[in-house]
Amino acid sequence: MSDRNDVVLETKGLVKHFPISQGILFKTKVGAVRAVDGVDIQLRRGETLGVVGESGCGKSTLAKLLVGLETPTAGSITVRGQDMTRLKGGAMRRARRNIQMVLQDPYTSLNPRMTVGDIIGEPFEIHPEVTPRKGRTKAVQDLLDTVGLNPEHVNRYPHQFSGGQRQRIGIARALALKPEIIVCDEPVSALDVSIQAQVINLLEALQREFGLSYIFIAHDLSVVRHIADRVAVMYLGRVVETGGDEQIYENPTHPYTQALLSAVPVPDPRLRGHRDQIVLEGDVPSPANPPSGCRFRTRCWKAQDICAQQDPVLSIRERSDHPSACHFAEPRDVVHAL
Amino acid sequence: MTDIKAKIDVLPGLDPRAPLLEVNDLHVEFRTQYGISRAVNGANFTLSPGETLAILGESGCGKSVTAQAIMGILDSPPGFITKGEVKYRGVDLLKLPEKERRKVRANQIAMIFQDALSALNPVFTVGYQLAELFRVHRGMSRGDAKKRSIELLDQVKIPAARARIGDYPHQFSGGMRQRVMIAMALALDPEVLIADEPTTALDVTVQAQIMGLLAELQQQRNMGLILITHDMGVVADVADRISVMYAGKVVEEAGVYDIYARPAHPYAKALLESIPRLDMKGQQLNVIKGLPPALTAIPQGCAFNPRCAYAQDVCRQDPAPPSYIVAPGRTSRCHFWRDVVGE
Ligand SMILES: Nc1ncnc2c1ncn2[C@@H]1O[C@H](COP(=O)(O)OP(=O)(O)OP(=O)(O)O)[C@@H](O)[C@H]1O
Ligand SMILES: Nc1ncnc2c1ncn2[C@@H]1O[C@H](COP(=O)(O)OP(=O)(O)OP(=O)(O)O)[C@@H](O)[C@H]1O
Ligand code: SF4
Ligand code: SF4
Ligand SMILES: [Mg+2]
Ligand SMILES: [Mg+2]
Repeated sequence: MSDRNDVVLETKGLVKHFPISQGILFKTKVGAVRAVDGVDIQLRRGETLGVVGESGCGKSTLAKLLVGLETPTAGSITVRGQDMTRLKGGAMRRARRNIQMVLQDPYTSLNPRMTVGDIIGEPFEIHPEVTPRKGRTKAVQDLLDTVGLNPEHVNRYPHQFSGGQRQRIGIARALALKPEIIVCDEPVSALDVSIQAQVINLLEALQREFGLSYIFIAHDLSVVRHIADRVAVMYLGRVVETGGDEQIYENPTHPYTQALLSAVPVPDPRLRGHRDQIVLEGDVPSPANPPSGCRFRTRCWKAQDICAQQDPVLSIRERSDHPSACHFAEPRDVVHAL
Repeated sequence: MTDIKAKIDVLPGLDPRAPLLEVNDLHVEFRTQYGISRAVNGANFTLSPGETLAILGESGCGKSVTAQAIMGILDSPPGFITKGEVKYRGVDLLKLPEKERRKVRANQIAMIFQDALSALNPVFTVGYQLAELFRVHRGMSRGDAKKRSIELLDQVKIPAARARIGDYPHQFSGGMRQRVMIAMALALDPEVLIADEPTTALDVTVQAQIMGLLAELQQQRNMGLILITHDMGVVADVADRISVMYAGKVVEEAGVYDIYARPAHPYAKALLESIPRLDMKGQQLNVIKGLPPALTAIPQGCAFNPRCAYAQDVCRQDPAPPSYIVAPGRTSRCHFWRDVVGE
């Protein structure tokens, strides 16, 4: 697992700030939303890295940076040893092919005026070297078949499909260029549970078949637990804890992770009262003006003076076996087993 | 508290010993240009004081329409209640004139919605919207209404309530807006609160705060709570009983421990099996094949039959399965509930 050659994607000190400007005619920059503010992640071949955290913590911005839809303010994104942020022209286009994205909303992420065949085949227009023109219809039909849709439906429009089917179309499109990495931003959040299970099964089957690596962003912690090998927990633009799924779920060491897990209702009434309910006070601070030192300190029940002064780095400390960005990281059994 | 007594007395036929809320065989249809959409096709349940009943089901199965029919806020036309009863303490609300209905809506049965921002009026301050309720329905003076509004915002744990009653809804965070909406719903001390996906739009940590608050207020007031949700975690956490809806029907009604342990309807069972659980790691999730039916073309017989692993010929023919009594307080609309529950 620790073999460096196995790492297909790595970010170092990745930062994305969105400027806040004031004034109508003469815009002056008065600050910045620090959407992603120093993120280091590693993704290994064939694995799924789950990314969790509450609304606004920077998950989608991270996803867009990874696939090149946003330009980083600072930091690097290395895919197979190449720094994506320094590539230009043809080299960049070829590198980008390798990392594709599936979006949350199957209702708005597909162009309603394009047929399914055109939607799935569009990447071939941008990257004509992948499949020769005359082989495209066949390629699209194969993709439809791969994701469990009827290949004869290539000429239908998105509104003729259900939500789960549309998500399959999005997945087929992401697969078109045979990428190694797929970034899934809340791919099942808009779907009903019974449909959600179908899409999760499909993603897992495709991973096995094609050896894909996934970044899987979701707010449903039980879905992430099911699909992820490792998990990164984000808070206010930073990764605050990362580790194997058991390390995060069974032995969380960051107070924010502990609070998050304690807040998730478990779908088993027998577990009522088996959870430490850590109810956080207050709201998440603005990412334009994060607290000094530890960003979680305004809501943390363990905060000490040092937390306001020193920014805790994401590292392994004495009492935790995986990286955690807390001066006082130590495991806490949040959800007690029966 | 005297004014509460007074408001109950005005309802003719009110029987304090009758169930708090009882929905019998409720049918709602939408008459649209594309045909008749049968959104609710026989919803039944009862609610007692202090009890939490969860209505669980997938998108489009008729949960919100059922709530709207109970509240008397159905979009009509195109929506029509074609059959059934909604009884509050023995009084069939569907037979009341709109004027009486409005009183019940303000005083006895209140509702909160998923999207607090669109339910609050953006052009008035939060304090004004609350105070109006007390002025209109309780005839309070401006000063008293303001005082009562601050108390209520305190109760729903808005920090520095006194300083914030002059704020507009958009100045509040999502969680705080949902608290304001709860405050407005509870202002006139209703006995029944219907919460339609009250936390779906919120983060889990905020959801935990809101659910905790609702539970606390419910206990203080001994209120009956109908919680509409598709989150089986929330249901397992807070509900006493569950009604599972499919294609506009309550297909199973049961106590929460019973249904999670041994569901008596194939749909409820399949739904529970399709959520990722710890012991399913590395395995395929169970799926329900196919899709829910279009409400303009609900299959004959049992509406679930095209997707059901237990289906037999009898399931494909009318009449649809009746509501079988599985145990006291427990029903299933499945001909083969014994096989399902017995496994
Ligand atoms: N284009 C933009 N301009 C300015 N601010 C932005 C932009 N995109 C995102 N932000 C801000 O950056 C922060 C992170 O947003 P992001 O969408 O990455 O969060 P998220 O974790 O995906 O949240 P959610 O769970 O709600 O999808 C938020 O405060 C957001 O308002
Ligand atoms: N005003 C309306 N006109 C026509 N059809 C309607 C109207 N309101 C609801 N419906 C239909 O009634 C059916 C039931 O809708 P309802 O809103 O009750 O679903 P729900 O169970 O609350 O779903 P969700 O979980 O998505 O909120 C849907 O098919 C919907 O399209
Ligand atoms: S560093 Fe301090 S404030 Fe931050 S999580 Fe740890 S204890 Fe809490
Ligand atoms: S009645 Fe038949 S089709 Fe309907 S749920 Fe029972 S077994 Fe399945
Ligand atoms: Mg997002
Ligand atoms: Mg609804």
